[in-house]
Amino acid sequence: MSELIAMTGAEAAERVRAGEVDPRELFDAYRERAAADRLNAFTWVADGPPGLRPGAQAPLAGVPVAVKDLFCTEGVPSQAGSKILEGYRPPYTATVVQKLRDAGAPLLGKTNQDEFAMGSSSENSAFGPVLNPWDRARVPGGSSGGSAAAVAAGLAPWAIGTDTGGSIRQPAALCGIVGMKPTYGACSRYGMIAFASSLDQAGPLTRDVTDAALLLAQMVGHDRRDSTSVRFPAPIELPSAEHLRGIRLGVPEELIGGERDGAGIEPGVRKSFEAALRLAEGLGASVEPCRLPHAAHALSAYYLIAPAEASANLARFDGVRYGLRVEGDGDLESMYGATRSAGFGPEVKRRIMLGTYALSSGYYDAYYGTAQKVRTKIADDFRAVFERFDFVVTPTSPWTAFELGAKTDDPLAMYLNDFCTVPMPLAGIPAISIPCGLSDGLPVGFQLAGPAFSESRLLDAAYALERAIGFDGSAARQ
Amino acid sequence: MTDTPTRYEPVIGLEIHVQLSTATKMFCGCVLSFGDPPNVHTCPVCLGLPGSLPRLNQRAVHFGLMIGLALGSEIAERSLFHRKNYFYPDLPKGYQISQYDVPLCRGGRLGDVRIHRVHLEEDAAKLIHVGESGRIHGSDRSVVDFNRGGTPLVEIVTEPDLSSPEQAREWLTLLRATLRRLGVSDVNMAEGSLRCDANVSVRPVGTTELGTKTELKNMNSFSYLERGVRTEIERQIQMLEAGQQISQETLHFDPASGALTPLRSKEAAHDYRYFPEPDLVPLVATAEMLAAASGELPELPAARAQRFERDLGLPSPRARELAFRSDLGDYLERALAAPAPDTAQHPTAVELANWIPLLVERIGSDRNPQHSKVTAEMFATLVAMVGAKEVSRDAARDVLTRMVDDGGDPRGIVSREGLGALRDEHDGQLLTVIERAIAADPDAAEKLRAGNAKAIGPLVGYVMRETKGRADGGEVTRLIRERVSHSR
Repeated sequence: MSELIAMTGAEAAERVRAGEVDPRELFDAYRERAAADRLNAFTWVADGPPGLRPGAQAPLAGVPVAVKDLFCTEGVPSQAGSKILEGYRPPYTATVVQKLRDAGAPLLGKTNQDEFAMGSSSENSAFGPVLNPWDRARVPGGSSGGSAAAVAAGLAPWAIGTDTGGSIRQPAALCGIVGMKPTYGACSRYGMIAFASSLDQAGPLTRDVTDAALLLAQMVGHDRRDSTSVRFPAPIELPSAEHLRGIRLGVPEELIGGERDGAGIEPGVRKSFEAALRLAEGLGASVEPCRLPHAAHALSAYYLIAPAEASANLARFDGVRYGLRVEGDGDLESMYGATRSAGFGPEVKRRIMLGTYALSSGYYDAYYGTAQKVRTKIADDFRAVFERFDFVVTPTSPWTAFELGAKTDDPLAMYLNDFCTVPMPLAGIPAISIPCGLSDGLPVGFQLAGPAFSESRLLDAAYALERAIGFDGSAARQ
Repeated sequence: MTDTPTRYEPVIGLEIHVQLSTATKMFCGCVLSFGDPPNVHTCPVCLGLPGSLPRLNQRAVHFGLMIGLALGSEIAERSLFHRKNYFYPDLPKGYQISQYDVPLCRGGRLGDVRIHRVHLEEDAAKLIHVGESGRIHGSDRSVVDFNRGGTPLVEIVTEPDLSSPEQAREWLTLLRATLRRLGVSDVNMAEGSLRCDANVSVRPVGTTELGTKTELKNMNSFSYLERGVRTEIERQIQMLEAGQQISQETLHFDPASGALTPLRSKEAAHDYRYFPEPDLVPLVATAEMLAAASGELPELPAARAQRFERDLGLPSPRARELAFRSDLGDYLERALAAPAPDTAQHPTAVELANWIPLLVERIGSDRNPQHSKVTAEMFATLVAMVGAKEVSRDAARDVLTRMVDDGGDPRGIVSREGLGALRDEHDGQLLTVIERAIAADPDAAEKLRAGNAKAIGPLVGYVMRETKGRADGGEVTRLIRERVSHSR
């Protein structure tokens, strides 16, 4: 493996800035690796170095970025992992991709994902499953599995993905890298092919916390094309904390399960998580149990709200204007039916049906309405906890990477992947996953969640903990 | 069968869609257009491309607030947008962004009709069906023009306060005048910038319970509205009299035949699965926004008609005719404010108001007289000349025609063309003609002398013919009577 590939994004940017690395050479090194991808992490790789050479003084200094397929990129396939969008090349570029490009990070390629971000294993892709670089018989997590696998395997210096119920953090955990879901509204959603609009957020998947901060700093900000985006209160700072003195970490019983182990957390994951808690204490943090009384209902609420929004968001894929069209029996309804039957995979169909049902006349109040109330309660729970604690911490995923096909026949088991990651997007708050060790040779993720717009503090705490943990992910970059 | 058949009364409510005349669409920056080549005013947002997001047009909100304030509605401090879900090729997102349970405005009144609600939404694209029926079922092929897709709409829903097709038409005229006066829409029914659906039911006179209603669509002119509603009322009464039930359905008005046909139940029976639009934040109407909207409210047609009646003494129908068309009302007021011509008394408002329809007839009923060659000042001068009997009514009509064609000062036209009123005081010319008339028809003169007042007709007719209408009819009558009694 070349020296170029061994560097983090921040290190590479520094070397480019110092004139020690030619950004085109860096781009080519990654382009070649991405093109030779054996993990099915990429659905499209750039042909050659970008025509416009970014200024070496740009914040990201020409270090290329891999982008989850569902970000629209002008003239480049943007298929959201779906057959219904096979070959679709949008006429415009998503705001965050444009911001990264403007900051000096050219597009390296588009990464594979669960169809329309619906999944936790990246097996629900019309373009085949993504493999985990730590063990190719296992999934990388999802839905941003292509981005996570690409970064973990050193096929990309860094990547972006989207998180709706854990789609950045969980694959980051299963691939042994850092993944961050920002506060809702921090990053523009314009150009992100929507799954669940009130939950979707873009965020970085990186080798370390510093890279996450560097990328995120370029992604946030109000975009007039996204009414739900906000002006980020203060610039994202590069993390530098060396200790966690005075930091109060809350461990929510409802998610960790205490003695009851309600979440079904694997012993190896629990062990790794608890070791990280001891390290945090060693850095000066206090660790205490806390209560999120409604968090156990988060998964139920999530699997009503997200499919409800998705059922409307995916209505536009009707065969009329773009993407797949199957004529059917010649009339309009038949064309709709044939197109959507052929174009959507089983998980997408399941969620469209769930969401349609939850919104239908006579059931709205019982399902969608109740789910929204639970959502409010969960946000209130977090607010109350953050009066006494700086951050809430959990294992990111109850399990390490599982084998391909292990959970595809059991949607509910698959949904449980998100048990610890779903409450945060429901509350709109930021959370980060960092690798905290290995269990049977597979990475375990440690999640920290903070109040809205606490990204800089979160990154700082994660940084201190990352240094104490000293996780080595190089084994996956072969 | 009873000897006294039940009499029925119609109950009518209207749902009006108004395209707002903003510069750009409701949720994107595409320019509004009419008649441009198809699909030139589109972007990722109004095409519903994946990843695109709506952005609320603040000008449309401003117009919505003006309408709400003009109708005396209660404005919601915080209103919500919802998604109305259904599949149709003219709806690129598979849902329409509309307002549902928390609309921008509730309540209000216009004339004698109460307003139920006013809300903002986006228009669908335009579907063009190739084939005979002009409707999607039975057409060979349909094409979509997205230029119209995303046009800002205001939907105004009335309470069921109307009780006849004529009243419905009259009220819609008032609404159109009001919207036009507000300057928020072109309100052109033929172009679809004003669209009206009607909810119609009938009930036995004297009862208060509402009958089953049907919804009438596609009545894209004032007379189609009146006709469609009348047809439906008759149909419902016939059905009830035949002992049949009215079924709640949506009916499509066919302007060619005047017939109402039910939309296929599949088209009508939707569960729209409304839910709050997560891509937009709640619409907060701030005090500044309300102040800006109310600051731009002009005098509205209903109030103006009252003022024309009260202050100018116009009869009610004429007052409404001029007030409901703000260009005519403006023209009247301009003519009233014009300086009096030196030779004549300033014309009264009633005189001016009576002459405006004659002008409108000459310039075309949909043209603004202000944009014609007849300035309000010259118009007032002409009417003043008629009042001062400087020109006869008949001749003045010719003068007006010339003014419409070529512009100019009526005094110049009258003197140049020799159209001035013939007056005996001037040169005795008129008396000469009168004497010729009596000589030509002594029989009539004799009858008149004998007390048969009607006998004056042929004599006056003779004089008017001879003078080519330049003589004043009243003057001629007076002079003939004088001559006939003198010659006794």
